[in-house]
Amino acid sequence: MIISSQLNNMKPFEEPEITKQLATQHGLTEEEYQKVLSILGRTPTYTELGIYSVMWSEHCSYKNSIAQLKTLPRTGKRLLVGAGEENAGLVDIGGGIAVAFKIESHNHPSAVEPYQGAATGVGGIMRDIFTMGARPIAALNSLRFGNIDDTHTRHLLKGVVKGIGDYGNSFGVPTVAGEVFFDPCYQTNPLVNAMSVGIVEHENVASAIAQGKGNIVMIVGSATGRDGIHGATFASEEISEASEAKRPSVQVGDPFTEKLLLEATLEVIHAGLVVGIQDMGAAGLTCSSMEMSAKGNSGMEINLDLVPTRETKMTSYEIMLSESQERMLIVATPENEKAIIRIFEKWDLHCITIGKVTDDGIVKIFHQGKLKAEIPAETCVLGGGAPVYIRETKEPEYLGQTRSFDLNTISVPKSISDSVYRLLQSPNIASKRWVYEQYDSMVRTNTVVLPGSDAAVIRIKKSDKLLATKTDCNSRYVYLNPRKGAAIAVAESGRNVVCSGGKPIAITNCLNFGNPYKPEVYWQFKEAIAGISEACLALETPVTGGNVSFYNESPQTAVFPTPVIGMLGIVENESHVTTSFFKQAGDTIYLLGTNRGDISGSEFLVQEYGVTAGDAPYFDLAFEVKLQECALELIQKGFVHSAHDVSDGGLIIALIESAVAGNQVFGFDVNLPLNGIPFYRILFGEDQSRIIISGKKEHKDAINAICTKYKIPFSNIGTVIGNTEAKLNGEIVLDMSKAADLYFNSLQNKVYQK
Amino acid sequence: MSASKLKFGIVVFPGSNCDHDAYHAAKHVMNQDAEFLWHKEPDLKHSDVIILPGGFSYGDYLRTGAIARFSPIMNEVITFANNGGIVVGICNGFQILCESGLLPGVLLRNRSLLFSSKHVNIRVEHSESRFTNDLTAGDILSTPIAHGEGNYFAEQETINAIEENGQVLFRYCDEFGEVTDGSNPNGSINNIAGIMNKNGNVMGMMPHPERACETQLGSADGKRIFESLIKSFILQTN
Repeated sequence: MIISSQLNNMKPFEEPEITKQLATQHGLTEEEYQKVLSILGRTPTYTELGIYSVMWSEHCSYKNSIAQLKTLPRTGKRLLVGAGEENAGLVDIGGGIAVAFKIESHNHPSAVEPYQGAATGVGGIMRDIFTMGARPIAALNSLRFGNIDDTHTRHLLKGVVKGIGDYGNSFGVPTVAGEVFFDPCYQTNPLVNAMSVGIVEHENVASAIAQGKGNIVMIVGSATGRDGIHGATFASEEISEASEAKRPSVQVGDPFTEKLLLEATLEVIHAGLVVGIQDMGAAGLTCSSMEMSAKGNSGMEINLDLVPTRETKMTSYEIMLSESQERMLIVATPENEKAIIRIFEKWDLHCITIGKVTDDGIVKIFHQGKLKAEIPAETCVLGGGAPVYIRETKEPEYLGQTRSFDLNTISVPKSISDSVYRLLQSPNIASKRWVYEQYDSMVRTNTVVLPGSDAAVIRIKKSDKLLATKTDCNSRYVYLNPRKGAAIAVAESGRNVVCSGGKPIAITNCLNFGNPYKPEVYWQFKEAIAGISEACLALETPVTGGNVSFYNESPQTAVFPTPVIGMLGIVENESHVTTSFFKQAGDTIYLLGTNRGDISGSEFLVQEYGVTAGDAPYFDLAFEVKLQECALELIQKGFVHSAHDVSDGGLIIALIESAVAGNQVFGFDVNLPLNGIPFYRILFGEDQSRIIISGKKEHKDAINAICTKYKIPFSNIGTVIGNTEAKLNGEIVLDMSKAADLYFNSLQNKVYQK
Repeated sequence: MSASKLKFGIVVFPGSNCDHDAYHAAKHVMNQDAEFLWHKEPDLKHSDVIILPGGFSYGDYLRTGAIARFSPIMNEVITFANNGGIVVGICNGFQILCESGLLPGVLLRNRSLLFSSKHVNIRVEHSESRFTNDLTAGDILSTPIAHGEGNYFAEQETINAIEENGQVLFRYCDEFGEVTDGSNPNGSINNIAGIMNKNGNVMGMMPHPERACETQLGSADGKRIFESLIKSFILQTN
């Protein structure tokens, strides 16, 4: 592949001859290259080859995923635009307000350049939101790294967290929730998924469309440089030793410019000055011009001589493929040109008319007086001429081994309390405080539930309603059982939202998988999609959009299949807002659901025995739906002081988190019926659909009545106590001061280990 | 000051991002008048109090607050302050006040070298100022911080002077009001969280009182600083 630094050295630049081999170097298959030849009826120019290669890259065309994505439930009465129709999903929350939200990956850039890779991931997803006219009000993320004891992992972790923090903090949007998970499978290929949530009044929604012959096309924001050329193609191949050489494919972010771009963009949209607008993310000017034209059945004529560049002698190929950040493409009527320029000038940003809209469906690119590309827009884009593949599937062999693992070969832990203390030090269990304190989680004074509880809650100043939101995916479960594991990811993100007092209404997803040309990977992908579909249908949370990231693998290993779910929920009233922390001594602790002691796929097995095996833990989707409805009603009726879902680490970790993670450290005295199950399995099992709540003792009957209505097993398992001692079944005693110390400081200690 | 309301002028620099927070606190929580002041327009619009809000003015490029001080509106703010006008700088605003010489000292990178966003306790040093007159020495306020460069530093002579003059208004402290190293989130000398100028009309602080004005956000302690300020005008008018 030709990368920009090489181009730099070629003076004067001569376009190479277009051959089948050059097309292959651009990532096009032979079949795809033939298709280009037949569409154009001639050999493409160098610029055209570049355009097709990025538009038909996995990253832009979804060619290997779109057929599967179309099987997801994508309709619902709240959805204002369909999945994939605009830059982000749009959901009505009533009162004339809509929520735009989306999650996206920036894995490959972050693998080679963690700081800029993660920062521009945040910047890109923010633009997807405000290009729709919505003001971003919350950022979330979902991160995966290798073994934290490895220095390279810590380098990536520090860089990614700082990149997310510096960008989001400066941009002025609170980073409110997320997840961080460590497993050796992510060693060379970390996952960095960024999500943004924005709000917009219905009448201010903008569309990514080019229409109206004679309308003008404007480029706004930063000048165009050579950074990020072929970023989209880079994202569509496996990480290897050679990836390091592609560091120039990583874009460089400038959150200050993005902040100005946000304010200026919202100002022009809300003033009704634009016909259409799209941000420039992957494949930059190419993708925005092609997609906007295709959507409006229009064409464009663009003169690249007018594009502000930050480097000299840039070729048409480079300008079209640059992924320089903080840029937008705007279509407007000629009468509004001056008003738009005035607003961008106020914010000290470039705003240049570079072309016009035509009605022939063809995008023509001119540079230095020559026609450099002439392409029917429709032939480039997803849903148009971009290839669509359904790949071969094959159940992976490893599942035979993981499924047949006999849990009875696990020896009983010597000391349960020692196991608990060790588990609290696992970076997957320990508080992520070292991470989230580097993020401004409070700017704009809307964050009602801060990081550290189940789901974040954001108030909307113009509305009585609040939003609850969370990202989630236990990828170990998905690895062990893709269909069940993916369904659990949806269920758990929904359960988190419920525990914060919200009703789950819709999801966005970021599907991180290996190489789709490997039948085993494609099988995982297809199964995971099926699991998401089942859970979304049952929970009535349609998929509003998202992102697919394939090729997350290195020569050594593919990552766990990781379909990250970003869940959005509505909290009807501020009084429903609930956190996971115990509130007062004397409160009764109740368990909703049944303890089955299923340690399959548990953190306990990994940390204590080094075993990733078994099935994904027990999960009953129909029961889960009832549980969530039941818990929400209990919260809305005011019976719940705290609510926390039982997840990684099992019941004991959930109890400890509720006891130590709030403003005050509590103890508890709990008695758990064993029903013949070994005690350690009851404590560490991760069987799904369980919630721990605390509330007043005298509400027991009322709570029981609601649980009975939903047929949810309900038990009084103990009491919150004022000192820092935790007692379990009268036999195990834990020191909650020590537990709190391990919980809050273990991650930081591991980050700074010598 | 109109009828019974103070007018807060909130300066908007490119990159300010707590401007809306200050506006919301002044207008909707404290029920005063508030107006944004665009950095390119040298007009304070008859404000009673100028707030330089938090954020990353000019991207914090070069040095925090270093470019903002040359903004057209800053000449007006400096003149206003020199004539006794009330100016409050929060976070990035504090950094700008130091850069422009309205307050002594400078804010260095946090000693952890990390951005830090959390609720901290600050102790009120005395009530002899218009920013604390409704508080009592020793009061503990829970307020959020969110900064990467809040490590207050000045040469020893300056520190001695501001301490002697009673210019230190707030110090980081633990939950019992003890000023300890463990409760110092950024390495500030003497745990200094907020100071005023010698004349007592310009105040800068790293914690965000405007983010702590409503209990549902975790603390309403910041309101008491706004209440002090409002009370000081009422005392003045009477």
